[in-house]
Amino acid sequence: MRKKISVIEINNLSFAYDKDVILENINLHVEALDFLAIIGPNGGGKSTLLKLILGINQSKEGTIKVFDKSPKKNLSLIGYVPQNTNVNTDFPIKVIEVVLMGHVGSKNPIFGYGKDEIACAMGALAQVGMQEYSQSKIGSLSGGQRQRVMIARALCAHPQVLILDEPTSSIDIKGQKEIYDLLKLLNKSITIVVVSHDISVILEYANKAAHINKRLSYHDISNKQATFHTHNKSEHFCEIELLQMLGSDSCESCVSENTQEKQWRKKI
Amino acid sequence: MIEALQFEFIQHALIAGILVSLTAGIIGSLIVVNRMVFLAGGIAHASYGGIGLAVFFGLPIFLGASLFAVAAALLIATLTLHKRHRIDTFIGLIWAVGMAIGVIFIDITPGYNVDLMSYLFGSILAVSTEDLYFMGGLLSVILLVIVFYYRDILAVSYDSEYAALRGVNVRFFYTLILILAALTVVVSIKVVGLILVIAMLTIPVYIAEKLSNSLFSMMFISGGVATLFTLTGLWFSYTYNLTSGASIILVSAVSLGLFLLLYRGK
Repeated sequence: MRKKISVIEINNLSFAYDKDVILENINLHVEALDFLAIIGPNGGGKSTLLKLILGINQSKEGTIKVFDKSPKKNLSLIGYVPQNTNVNTDFPIKVIEVVLMGHVGSKNPIFGYGKDEIACAMGALAQVGMQEYSQSKIGSLSGGQRQRVMIARALCAHPQVLILDEPTSSIDIKGQKEIYDLLKLLNKSITIVVVSHDISVILEYANKAAHINKRLSYHDISNKQATFHTHNKSEHFCEIELLQMLGSDSCESCVSENTQEKQWRKKI
Repeated sequence: MIEALQFEFIQHALIAGILVSLTAGIIGSLIVVNRMVFLAGGIAHASYGGIGLAVFFGLPIFLGASLFAVAAALLIATLTLHKRHRIDTFIGLIWAVGMAIGVIFIDITPGYNVDLMSYLFGSILAVSTEDLYFMGGLLSVILLVIVFYYRDILAVSYDSEYAALRGVNVRFFYTLILILAALTVVVSIKVVGLILVIAMLTIPVYIAEKLSNSLFSMMFISGGVATLFTLTGLWFSYTYNLTSGASIILVSAVSLGLFLLLYRGK
């Protein structure tokens, strides 16, 4: 087995807004071609961790390295798919223009787009199976299709790692599966980090899992048969058993979170 | 109507109407997609303070109003970036205080009895040659900005969080859009007045939004639609001896109603 390249390396990281401690002593190592699922309760610090990795927030304690440099210096290697792709659907913009946004900030010709940029954007759309919609208005697409376009926009800049914040939060079940199948396919060449509430789905596709609730507990779940003894051939994990298993390992606060998450799940 | 075209003031009115409509179409599109309509309303009313100051100090009205409106835009931009959750309160404040400053300064200007109505509802039949230069100059600047920064403006307007991650200076473009909006409001005062300017910045844009699939075509279509409304409104105003600004707005509103009725079936 060849030596794995370190994609994201976080050491002893803590973060607080004013006096509210959001993250405490986080250690996380993401290696090349990992498919990492970040799970945890609302307000547990998932989004904050992403913002730190993207260099939007700065931490005072601990270090974050993306490909051995500070996040801000290697932003071009990170593809980011934000949450809430359903906002601003009235905006008059074509699918291809959204994808071309992946190039914004680089040196650009006066007005319009370069031929190579358009070719690259069409390539990214083909990767997510959306090339036939390139001239459609973004508001006319379904939630799942729009999410694919956002993934294409992130791919447009040829990132080494793709970070997605709740990519399936507003998509129907069928669309969710399609998105994860797509991510699985992309995972052959790109490292993937996904924040998600869809615990069972994400654990079927991910090979690493991190549960965050102020602290982080990390699990290698690449061998699912061995990790989850309840797993049978029905392809579906029991979420509650999973949560108990993930929470009980090292993080004492996860036990109380189990009930919270169960209640949250019931609401849906 | 044809014989009226030989009068210079009618020619000026038509040229001003076209220039301001195109400007309002382009900037109105940016204001609407960036959800800045209320901000533009605040700036429009605050600019009356600039009119009052200009009258008091004997400066050109356009200069006073422009400086004051740009100052209000910069203030709003700063507040939006730092106190976003209280922005509606601050806009209301700037809105009212600006107008109050204008009224007081006109009160204390000795021997000057300015026609308040002409600024509130427009005075398109009193457009001077200098006014036309100012309007043409602003339209040129706006077109240049759009040509050079279309992609960045599009990215900031559509998804500012993502634009920031890709290294676009979101704050700069946000402020730039607000400054251009402030200047557009000032040139529109001549045509429709500062109370009605909001309708001119939004009605054509709302129609264009339904008909376009890109920001560029939206600007283009709103400019055309606004020009059509302005010329039709001016014709009504001339033929039936009505206030020009209000005629333009009512023509726009009725057209919007008809458009929505027809469009709903599709």
